[in-house]
Amino acid sequence: MYTLVKSDLYKIFRKWRTYIGFAAIGVLVPVIQTAMYFQGAHFLEFMTRSFRDSFVFVGNLLNGYLIAYFILGSLTIHIPFLIALVAGDLLAGEATAGTYRMLITRPVSRLKLVSAKFIAGLIYTNLLVLWLAIISLGLGLIIFGVGELIVIKDVIIIFAQNDILWRFMFAYAFAALSMSVVMALGFLFSSLVENAIGPIVTTMTVIIIFTIFSAINIDFFRMIKPYLFTNYMSTWRLIFDDPIDYNEIIKNCLVLTGHIIGFFGIALFIFKRKDILT
Amino acid sequence: MKELRMQKVIEVQNLTKKFKDLTAVNDLALNVYRGDIFGFLGPNGAGKSTTIRMLTTLINPTSGTIKIFDKPLKQKRNEILRKVGAIVEKPDFYGYLSAYKNLEILGQISGCDTSNKRIMEILETVGLEKRAKSKVKTFSHGMKQRLGLGQALLHDPDLIILDEPTTGLDPQGMKEIRELIIHLAKEKQKTIFLSSHILAEVELVANRMIIINKGTTVVEGTVQDLLNATNLKVTFEIDEIESAKNLLAETQWQKKIESFGDYQILFLLEKEEIAPLNKYLVEKGIGVHSIVPKRSLEEYFLHLIEKEA
Repeated sequence: MYTLVKSDLYKIFRKWRTYIGFAAIGVLVPVIQTAMYFQGAHFLEFMTRSFRDSFVFVGNLLNGYLIAYFILGSLTIHIPFLIALVAGDLLAGEATAGTYRMLITRPVSRLKLVSAKFIAGLIYTNLLVLWLAIISLGLGLIIFGVGELIVIKDVIIIFAQNDILWRFMFAYAFAALSMSVVMALGFLFSSLVENAIGPIVTTMTVIIIFTIFSAINIDFFRMIKPYLFTNYMSTWRLIFDDPIDYNEIIKNCLVLTGHIIGFFGIALFIFKRKDILT
Repeated sequence: MKELRMQKVIEVQNLTKKFKDLTAVNDLALNVYRGDIFGFLGPNGAGKSTTIRMLTTLINPTSGTIKIFDKPLKQKRNEILRKVGAIVEKPDFYGYLSAYKNLEILGQISGCDTSNKRIMEILETVGLEKRAKSKVKTFSHGMKQRLGLGQALLHDPDLIILDEPTTGLDPQGMKEIRELIIHLAKEKQKTIFLSSHILAEVELVANRMIIINKGTTVVEGTVQDLLNATNLKVTFEIDEIESAKNLLAETQWQKKIESFGDYQILFLLEKEEIAPLNKYLVEKGIGVHSIVPKRSLEEYFLHLIEKEA
């Protein structure tokens, strides 16, 4: 199994499309950071405008933590595109290239082949989120320094400097879990067809539709919201609550994990019965 | 030794594959014995590729059984595939990787020896050792075909299933592959299952064969028996065509004439009839300059398929 995963990772990282995600984050995040460096003060002022009359803000509020928080919120909507690029190609790419024939005539079960590809996809996804963490938080802290984190939700929460880092670690872990659902969905679609474009587009279409449904605040959509996995993808934000609702976090994590297992299970079921005609 | 030779390597019974309303393979039966170079023939759409895909577990049969090395393929898939190498249709590889890396990855998946020595040995066998580090996307179709053969041999299998292995090769390449197939069967005691649309190629290398059409067996047997089962096309080159025409018009040989040329008459004869006809012509004063018998699998194949149609 280790050999299979290793060879799938090798294949993933020898394709240029794999680096689109890393390059996009590597360009986009520094651009945001640069913009924040020059115009962050206005952004902070805008963010806190309604509290300015009641509070006096002192210290380095425009710090690496705030920038990383802002970036995480913005990019978790866009990263699925980058994940889908690779996930949609994992199985369908082999069909398009005709290499299924070489793989499936080897003395390895389809279960192992599919599992190895899935694990390789999960590793890619987690590495992409790790890269996001390094660039947004690591680089952010170097450029902007440390300070207290101001989070504005229904209430304004200010986290002490020594109470932030662990929250970010969990936040990135939750983001990785959410992105893994996207990967699993792309992988499922990838098992259905012989061309990678279809799964990539379909994954994104599903995410866009579900995200729109989750955002519309009318009764019908409120009713179906609990059944849309996109609704649970912003779980990372819960870690920046005070107090933290751990039950909600655990529940959301279970829902996301259930989706990952479910999508993988269906993909496996389909692939095991699939006639390889390409 | 003879017992070993008669050991069944592939045993297919009542094999059927349906794709919705289309029956691609219908109640097919075939047997391949140890050491055979088994020719698998049929026109386009006969069900050859579908059968090979079932033999290599790429597709699932609708019904019927496949036994390889006397074990059921469905239940003992991995155990069997460890001893099977295959090219299924055109060999496709990871174009962005080198020939060497492609073989290394496929070898690792198979759990076989992927040492530099072994991979280079295989590349040398198929004549690609100088292109070991080149990306496969730069390869011609013929080179991919050779690499396909290389991956099929990588884990030193006992049974090699080759689906049109010489497609895209130049005449020299075709000859080399033919020689390699014969070498593998004769020297290395491999069993070869060879599907080809170049019928003359099968005739040159195979000892047994099956012809299928519309998914079913038309005929199965040794190549020699099948060749003997049909008439020869024999061209007599003679000097007096008009005299010969008149002479033969009154005889039993008239029915055997296929066509006339300027100095040639083409007969459809059985082997035993050649000498008496020659004797007859010479005795009647017709000079016979040459006798060219021609009997190929291709003729036989076309004859059978036409009969089926």
